[in-house]
Amino acid sequence: MNNFKVLVNGIIKENPTFVLLLGMCPTLGTTSSAINGMSMGLATMCVLIVSNFIISLIKKLIPDAVRIPAYIVVIASLVTVLQMVIKAYAPEIDKSLGLFIPLIVVNCIILGRAESFAAKNGPIASIFDGIGIGLGFTLGLTALGAARELLGTGAIFGISLWGEQYGMLMFVLAPGAFLALGYLIVLFNKYVKKA
Amino acid sequence: MILIIITAIFVNNVVLAQFLGICPFLGVSKKVDTASGMGMAVTAVLVVATIVTYLIQVYVLDKFGLEYLQTIAFILVIAALVQMIEIILKKTMPALYQALGVFLPLITTNCCILGVAILVIQKDYDLLEGIIYALSTGIGFLLAMVLFAGLREQLDLVDVPKSFEGVPIALVTASLLAMAFMGFSGVDGGLKILFGLQ
Repeated sequence: MNNFKVLVNGIIKENPTFVLLLGMCPTLGTTSSAINGMSMGLATMCVLIVSNFIISLIKKLIPDAVRIPAYIVVIASLVTVLQMVIKAYAPEIDKSLGLFIPLIVVNCIILGRAESFAAKNGPIASIFDGIGIGLGFTLGLTALGAARELLGTGAIFGISLWGEQYGMLMFVLAPGAFLALGYLIVLFNKYVKKA
Repeated sequence: MILIIITAIFVNNVVLAQFLGICPFLGVSKKVDTASGMGMAVTAVLVVATIVTYLIQVYVLDKFGLEYLQTIAFILVIAALVQMIEIILKKTMPALYQALGVFLPLITTNCCILGVAILVIQKDYDLLEGIIYALSTGIGFLLAMVLFAGLREQLDLVDVPKSFEGVPIALVTASLLAMAFMGFSGVDGGLKILFGLQ
């Protein structure tokens, strides 16, 4: 029950994209289509789950003064592994996400959860927190990617709904990213959080 | 050279076109003076970090075939560098330290530093080009920060709908700013023709 609460907490109450506003760079940079947003979200989720688990296991071994550098080393190693796996098995994803895969290291969500959750809770709860926050991030990115793809090209996950000639190219480009995210947060505030 | 400068500042602005360094862009852009302080601190760290990471890439990673350690090595170097700059500034230039102090620790997790360090390697720049690229990226960041902070100071004075308060309206503003910067696209192509590169 408790773990379930942690899970839901990450998806709604502490949704990283719409509420905590963490990890904005990949959120805006990789969501030109729904599939890109989803793969970025899943990649981040993998790193987050494993790093939460490892950090909650070794938290007693690390002296307090050097904990941040130690966390960064753990996260950077995981990201390097992930980068190699993606390069080997999914080269198209590697091409479309490009620079943002190594930049998972400096994604504030991962370090933030390590510091605020994994450093204080046990390994099992930390895994659930990783899954919850990761799912919240993936959902946020997929929603943003889907909205931009739909408005920009008239398609969703590559399936065309109304031909491309009705798309507004702006939404695939940079300004559309800011605009779509702004409006999605408004909708989230209004209907999910009931502000 | 001029091409690199113009492209990095206007056409491919780090924040508004490449989406690097969004966290400080949204986080510390409520006042013009803090925004310009952050911008300057980032520019300084960018240049130093690019020089150091470039040398490490060429003389350590490439030489011993350790390219796969790039991400780990770079982030550690940047973290150490930021600490060092902080200590040096505290000792030698206390006035500047007072002004930039708060922002320095935040810079480690600013993705534009690591991003630019990796981009310089990916684009095969030599050291001088890398430094110029880093410097103009920093100026582009500073420019975007100051413009955006100016807009947000004005935004505080107006009445916005409740659901839009805070970040959403800031994002909509950023979108308009990004649209304005899109006006520069194509300038790099024109410059290339002007200099006879194409």
